[in-house]
Amino acid sequence: MFPRPIEKSSSGVQTAYKIFLPVALFIWLLPLLAIFMTSIRPGGDINAGNVFGWPSQFQLIENYYAVFAESEAATYLWNSLKITIPTVILSVSLAALAGYALAIYRFRFSLVLFFIFVAGNFVPFQILMVPVRDLSLDMGLYNTVTGLVLFHAAFQTGFCTLFMRNFIKALPFELIESARIEGVGEFRIFWHLVLPLVRPALAALAVLIFTFVWNDYFWATVLTNGEAAKPITAGIQALNGQFVSRWHLVSAASLLAAVPPVAMFFLMQKHFIAGLTLGATKG
Amino acid sequence: MTVAPAVPNANVPPSLKDNRSWYARNRLRIAPWLFLAPAMIFFMVYVIVPIFQSIWISFYAWDGLGEAQWVGFGNYAELGEDDRFYTSLWNNILWLALYMLAVPAGLFIALFLNQTVTGMRLYKSLFFFPFVISQVVVGLIFAWFYNPNFGIVGKVWEFFGAAPPSILGDENLVTYGIIFAGLWPQIAYCMILYLTGLNNVSPDQVEAGRLDNAKGWKMLWYVILPQLWPATFLAIVVTVIGALRSFDMIAIMTQGGPYGSSNVLSYFMFEQALSEYGFRMGYGSAIATVLFGIMLIFISFFLWKMYRDERVEH
Repeated sequence: MFPRPIEKSSSGVQTAYKIFLPVALFIWLLPLLAIFMTSIRPGGDINAGNVFGWPSQFQLIENYYAVFAESEAATYLWNSLKITIPTVILSVSLAALAGYALAIYRFRFSLVLFFIFVAGNFVPFQILMVPVRDLSLDMGLYNTVTGLVLFHAAFQTGFCTLFMRNFIKALPFELIESARIEGVGEFRIFWHLVLPLVRPALAALAVLIFTFVWNDYFWATVLTNGEAAKPITAGIQALNGQFVSRWHLVSAASLLAAVPPVAMFFLMQKHFIAGLTLGATKG
Repeated sequence: MTVAPAVPNANVPPSLKDNRSWYARNRLRIAPWLFLAPAMIFFMVYVIVPIFQSIWISFYAWDGLGEAQWVGFGNYAELGEDDRFYTSLWNNILWLALYMLAVPAGLFIALFLNQTVTGMRLYKSLFFFPFVISQVVVGLIFAWFYNPNFGIVGKVWEFFGAAPPSILGDENLVTYGIIFAGLWPQIAYCMILYLTGLNNVSPDQVEAGRLDNAKGWKMLWYVILPQLWPATFLAIVVTVIGALRSFDMIAIMTQGGPYGSSNVLSYFMFEQALSEYGFRMGYGSAIATVLFGIMLIFISFFLWKMYRDERVEH
């Protein structure tokens, strides 16, 4: 293990480490703590210059209630869910199919197709912006949840396919071969044999895509312009304008937007990290 | 790595072949395309085709509604004389260079946290926290931090008796301020990559290194870092992409200002094509094409490396 385990050091070093650890964490998360404290203090505190001190009054419920009562935050959050969940299902399903094809079959163009999915995943969003916006306008999907879902699902399919293909490729191929000899159809092999084996990959992708899409801001601004389909990320920007210099409410709304991905991360931590670090260990 | 048999009907005795339907005979040739079709269609329509359309549009003057007018390389010629373009390009280079600090910083924190004291798991997840939060929120937090009147920066400066700078209002500081904010989640990302990498460092080699009296920096440099190369490579890839994709923070914190001084190509493009500054789709597409070209250098490099790895595996 590197660095040398702290248990092997003198007790003085050990104590110092154990004291410094929470201090370091406190400094690291200071921005979040500050915004949380702000979200529970009365607006008067900020105007009076009490920004980082102890709140003169705790207004946790009042402030968060005010966000919902005075703005469209509930609609934005609901829109975010309506965009995120179908995207996750769609992109992971498409990628499971495509990843299976690219991992199991040997055919001409297999590697080329795989590389196209990988490369597409890296392109800057701006190169897609004008055509995708036009396409959505033409199909009547501009400013709709469906329009955002279709685009996100398509785009995330690139990353998901990369992930699924590598995961399936690592499975023992003999399994599939023997099923074929038994005369099992190709789709049944995929459905009954491979899908159960790739469940960890499906879980990892689901949490990752959930977070990516939930946190998207660019496409939310490009493909929506009204309240009907606006997700929370774009909503916060709108709230920021609406709640001018009412920082306690802006802070509360920002933290609300962060809750679902954070909850997702803590619930599915193992899968989340497995997904993000795919490739961080193999040589 | 396993390899599928290339001959489709190898497992079927010849006598059976003729009785089976056309699909049954060719299923191994057709099946992959059936599996691929949905993903390919989606990806074609929303990703691959739009890239070429954008490049095509970059040769037109178009407001998005009326008739597009062919201008050839006119948009690019205009870009070449546009100071805002050079400011954005320069800021992109700054982003690329400074964002790279996330890689060593992430390694540093990972080394600090790679211990097994009680509660370490929770510490690690809390350190990772900033990455999970939307960049919009990170941008808002830091915009507020930098506020000279009531932000933490103002307080610190006042504590030292100096007049607080307005970081986001100063043309020379603004980009550094935004990059600093962007580093916060990116360091968390690199940290988690290195923590996973450190988990898989071979204990035997570390022990062997210790026997050879390798310590501290020497151990890190000669024994640990080579084993962490896959994590480092991934950290560099995601950091490059993150730097070139930087958009959210700029949109939230400054909208490219003051006077375009914190613009990057991605935001400059958006501003030209879709904001109150006008709907110059052609000009915007030309900017996007340049950004795409820059990204293509990195994409080709990644693909080349992946191709090499695939070949080695065979």
